[in-house]
Amino acid sequence: MNKPVTPPLRPNTFKSGPDSAGRFGGFGGRYVAETLMPLILEVEAAYTAARNDPGFDKEWRWLLKEYVGRPSPLWFAERITKHCAGLAGKPGHGAKVYFKREDLNHTGAHKINAVIGQILLARRMGKKRIIAETGAGQHGVATATACALFGLPCTVFMGAVDVERQQPNVFRMKLLGAEVVPVTSGAATLKDAMNEALRHWVANVEDTYYCIGTVAGPHPYPVMVRDFQSVIGEEVRWQLAEQEGEGRLPDVLVAAIGGGSNAMGLFFPFLDDPSVEIHGVEAGGHGVDTPAHAASLTGGRPGVLHGNRTYLLQDEHGQILEGHSISAGLDYPGVGPEHSWLHELGRVQYVNATDQEALDAFQLCTRLEGIIPALEPAHALAHVLRLAPTLPADKIIVMNMSGRGDKDIFTVAGHLGVKI
Amino acid sequence: MSAPGPGAVESVARPQGGSRIAARFAELKNQGRGALIPFLEAYDPDPATSMAILRGMPGAGADLIEIGVPFTDPMADGPIIQLASQRGLKAGATMAGTLAMVRDFRTEDTTTPVILMGYLNPILSYGAERFVTDAQASGVDGLIVVDMPPEEAEVLAPSALAAGIDIIRLVAPTTDEARLPVVLNASSGFVYYVAITGITGTRSADPEALRQAIPRLRRHTDLPIAIGFGVRTPEQAGEASRIADGAVVASALIDTLAHSLDEQGRAKPDSVRKVLDQVRGLAEAVRSGA
Repeated sequence: MNKPVTPPLRPNTFKSGPDSAGRFGGFGGRYVAETLMPLILEVEAAYTAARNDPGFDKEWRWLLKEYVGRPSPLWFAERITKHCAGLAGKPGHGAKVYFKREDLNHTGAHKINAVIGQILLARRMGKKRIIAETGAGQHGVATATACALFGLPCTVFMGAVDVERQQPNVFRMKLLGAEVVPVTSGAATLKDAMNEALRHWVANVEDTYYCIGTVAGPHPYPVMVRDFQSVIGEEVRWQLAEQEGEGRLPDVLVAAIGGGSNAMGLFFPFLDDPSVEIHGVEAGGHGVDTPAHAASLTGGRPGVLHGNRTYLLQDEHGQILEGHSISAGLDYPGVGPEHSWLHELGRVQYVNATDQEALDAFQLCTRLEGIIPALEPAHALAHVLRLAPTLPADKIIVMNMSGRGDKDIFTVAGHLGVKI
Repeated sequence: MSAPGPGAVESVARPQGGSRIAARFAELKNQGRGALIPFLEAYDPDPATSMAILRGMPGAGADLIEIGVPFTDPMADGPIIQLASQRGLKAGATMAGTLAMVRDFRTEDTTTPVILMGYLNPILSYGAERFVTDAQASGVDGLIVVDMPPEEAEVLAPSALAAGIDIIRLVAPTTDEARLPVVLNASSGFVYYVAITGITGTRSADPEALRQAIPRLRRHTDLPIAIGFGVRTPEQAGEASRIADGAVVASALIDTLAHSLDEQGRAKPDSVRKVLDQVRGLAEAVRSGA
């Protein structure tokens, strides 16, 4: 809306959202067609019941441990830390950098945490088939994987443009038994895949569950996906205490933001720890002063899309713009509504990193740590490389290494002018 | 972006003594028939063609008219209306331009109700209050805002209703007994019954299911009921208008328009006539009472 918003009051807790209407302050909600409303109310009721069932939590945690391989390590990135100390150029500077290794999860990213939770929920609801949207293909692969495990038919909607540029993941999903539907409507990318999945859901209400990949969409998806992903931050809390001493909290958390699920998962358990600074890194593309970026919070304004009110990339007429990023997992024109709320409250600082900065960080991480990061967390690392040298050496930064970069080697090779 | 000012049409924008929609349904009830409600997408494929279709619709037998406001992400619409939306946007459609179409239409027609159908974001971007003011001044009678359920209507519905603009709501086959009153109590003008579980223009409505569904709605509301999504042929329109109080035909008309365009997507000399002929055929079936 064009009206100036009165600055929100600082709440006693940042962990109280959403309210019963699915709102985080003025963001979130359930902006869906009446045809969808009964479905999301059913998901909400089922999720509320599941949360109150210890058996549900137990089964989910067992699968995370035995199937996904949790807890994921908290790795002290010593050589990155030394590199940053070198960049600092003055003694006693260069914060310690830790990576939360979500890239080591089964399927290679954080997505599986929430997928397992949602598939268990779908099973409780008696749903017989699963649909999902995917951009880069990571959420699609995670969903196809869980569906294979549970013997459920799976259909993944993927923009036709993304199908072309993410062939390895398309093949992976097909190997796992999923049907991949290329979406040609609109701009044929992630937002259109989400539109198409929602359309398909409405037409197949009875037997189908829609497994959303991020902390966006109509209530209860943003809170549900956040709850499942919060396992990331919960582990960081005890893992850091184990390595750095009882009660030691991170000084800064850093995570990349597309829709924002890996970031919410890391941030949420620390929102009420005032000593913990929190930074979300949006995709700056060619630069946020150009039209080619995907930084919804930096370069967008509030609006309504995909069932929630949140910051969106849109033109002056309220038409949705395409995001651009080198990372297909970040080029979504919206962002989870809880991030919009935390942005307006100032609890989280949202910054950005460009395609080039992410590419540089990608290569540096590969050489210094022997870890090939996905291009998404490479954006987070680019920010860490700017930030760590400015901080004293006794400060601790925890960055979410949200996924591994195998899927991106073709993109990176292309940008480096290498043919593979 | 300049808003269309109220201009000279303010005096004719609102009829004496209440809503054009209520008046039209009452009039048709006296005639013993239901309403034909054809749909067009604003600026599809260009402003002049869509304006000519709009102008011609009452003469071809439209009782009420629905105008689609183009949006990049029409979540509840099938491929036919998605493409119409894209053509409209490519031709420069905006909220201001759509309201200007209604204003122009009102210089010639002060009785046919006009309903805008679209999504919330372009309205929020225009400014909800400013939108209500300009829509009223332009002669808009009702709004169908697809992604604005009663729970999220605070931003627009109270001011629209205060301005005499009806909020028409969709009711789906999946809307259960508990939810039905929530939706119907937040509706005015008429109720739009979605005949299929799905998106626009993809399946045909099943008359048997409709004969079950409409009485269920009547138990909860006195508002007229129109049936849409899946009404394509004159036979279906006639049947729907008799089972309920009106039939909305959208995708079938857009389809005709789309097929009439040349290879570059431009209107041909007979594009307008083809659409209006189809409206005439639908109107005959609705009026025949057979």
